[in-house]
Amino acid sequence: MGQEETVGVSEHSFTRRTFIKGVIATGATTSSAGYLFRGSSLLGAATYQTATERLITLTVNGQARRVDVLPHETLAMTLRYKLGLTGTKLGCDRAECGACTVLIDGVNQYGCSMLTHQVRGRSVTTIEGLENPDTGELSVVQKAVMEEGGFQCAFCAPGFIMSMEALIAENPNPTREEAAHALSGNLCRCADYHKILNCAMRAAELARAV
Amino acid sequence: MAKIRDMIPAFELLQPTTIEAAIDLLDEHRSGAWVLAGGLDSFDWFKDRIKRPSAVIDLGGIPELTGIRDAEGGLEIGAMTTLTSIVRHPRIRSEYSIVADAAEHVATPQIRNQGTMGGNLAQDTRCWYYRSGWPCYRAGGNTCYASAPQAMNREHCIMGRSRCVAVNPSDTAPALIAVDAKMIVENTSGPKVYDAEDFFIGPSIDITRMTVMKPRDLLTRVHIPAAWANAEFYYEKVRDRGSWDFQLVSIAAAFRMSGGTIEEARIAVNGVAPYPVRLDAVERLVAGTSGDEATANRAGDLAIAGARALRHNDYKIPMMRNLVRRAVGSVA
Repeated sequence: MGQEETVGVSEHSFTRRTFIKGVIATGATTSSAGYLFRGSSLLGAATYQTATERLITLTVNGQARRVDVLPHETLAMTLRYKLGLTGTKLGCDRAECGACTVLIDGVNQYGCSMLTHQVRGRSVTTIEGLENPDTGELSVVQKAVMEEGGFQCAFCAPGFIMSMEALIAENPNPTREEAAHALSGNLCRCADYHKILNCAMRAAELARAV
Repeated sequence: MAKIRDMIPAFELLQPTTIEAAIDLLDEHRSGAWVLAGGLDSFDWFKDRIKRPSAVIDLGGIPELTGIRDAEGGLEIGAMTTLTSIVRHPRIRSEYSIVADAAEHVATPQIRNQGTMGGNLAQDTRCWYYRSGWPCYRAGGNTCYASAPQAMNREHCIMGRSRCVAVNPSDTAPALIAVDAKMIVENTSGPKVYDAEDFFIGPSIDITRMTVMKPRDLLTRVHIPAAWANAEFYYEKVRDRGSWDFQLVSIAAAFRMSGGTIEEARIAVNGVAPYPVRLDAVERLVAGTSGDEATANRAGDLAIAGARALRHNDYKIPMMRNLVRRAVGSVA
């Protein structure tokens, strides 16, 4: 589309002062920002205090994690690149494919399409948090996936598994159709849906047996 | 277009905790502000660098915007109530099932878990020329790429055009028109109440907006009056895929019956114009009838009077006619 590429800053209708303030506030000291400030005495200026506290505590997989988060950072970015939880995948980054699905207070949502600052004080669960932290025992959904072998390339698997967790928690006795509806927010490019639904049904079976 | 880029461009994130604070911030930042509800659509705009607000006002921390309350015999839905909460609400399911039905048809479970009533109503059009950042009329430019001779316009409008031929993508909008909902919009001068069908505007009124809301305005709640509770409802959404997708054409209809006769009807269609279309002429035609086949056929023909196709969307005319027929025929 020939959209002009800029990194980190919005140049639209800014005065020079607020523009600089914005760059410093958000810490977008990328190479292009460095270029903008070449020779500027403002580079060493005191940092501007924004309304948004950057250093926050997130509850991820039951642990309190202290992390430095930009105001415009998505949860998937924070999980993958700040906390090292790379089980959460980025597929489309547009709330379409579901690879980034995580649980927020037990509800499945797209990690790519929420700001990390929107989940302060809430409980985030990623694929890494499903196993029992003491025994390492896998969750029933993970066991069902192991048994049924539901995925081919499995890039979509973490997202599907998180959606299955939400499904089982809400409706431990789904029909195949209900399971398909509950998993409709996740895409599998290998088109392995039949076997993925087998996993979901097996997971529900295992959950009922617990 | 869906390219992954490193980060969303920077903005100032403002997280007010009261409606008053949010309205004050909107008033302060005016056109530089972006209201963030569920955010599903907002982040696409930001990532694609098509919309670049300087300040983003996140409404997620305002408790009074969330929840469904009984009000004046009807219901009041806070603008930040998630679509999932609407789908599951017992009174909506029993008395206004058409609203729950429409909300259930929105996108995917993850999107319904996060997407909100207000966001679904106020969302922008899906016209891909506009969304890709082409300088069209709606984007403040001086042409419409979607009606050019070579344009791909299968999903565009068949009526209500005025330079722009985009359609409104909301699933809940026609259902709320069918139950005669009122939208409450607030700014620093106080609240204003709009009938659902007047909340959405066409390009002849303002080509750059989908709703009456201007930069200072905030949709705070939707009121559903008692009058249409437990009416006979009909909702249908036609889409390309069996799974989630935006509508090609959708219809929402409410019929108040007396014996086997339609006393009064409210019918709205979306996906055919830049705004959800209320079919008042059809409503008058079917009142006093039983919704029999002859009436349903006449209703379908009347609904499409004046419809005009673009190059690739002539199928929408019979599709709209058939949906109106089915809706009217559903009560017979």
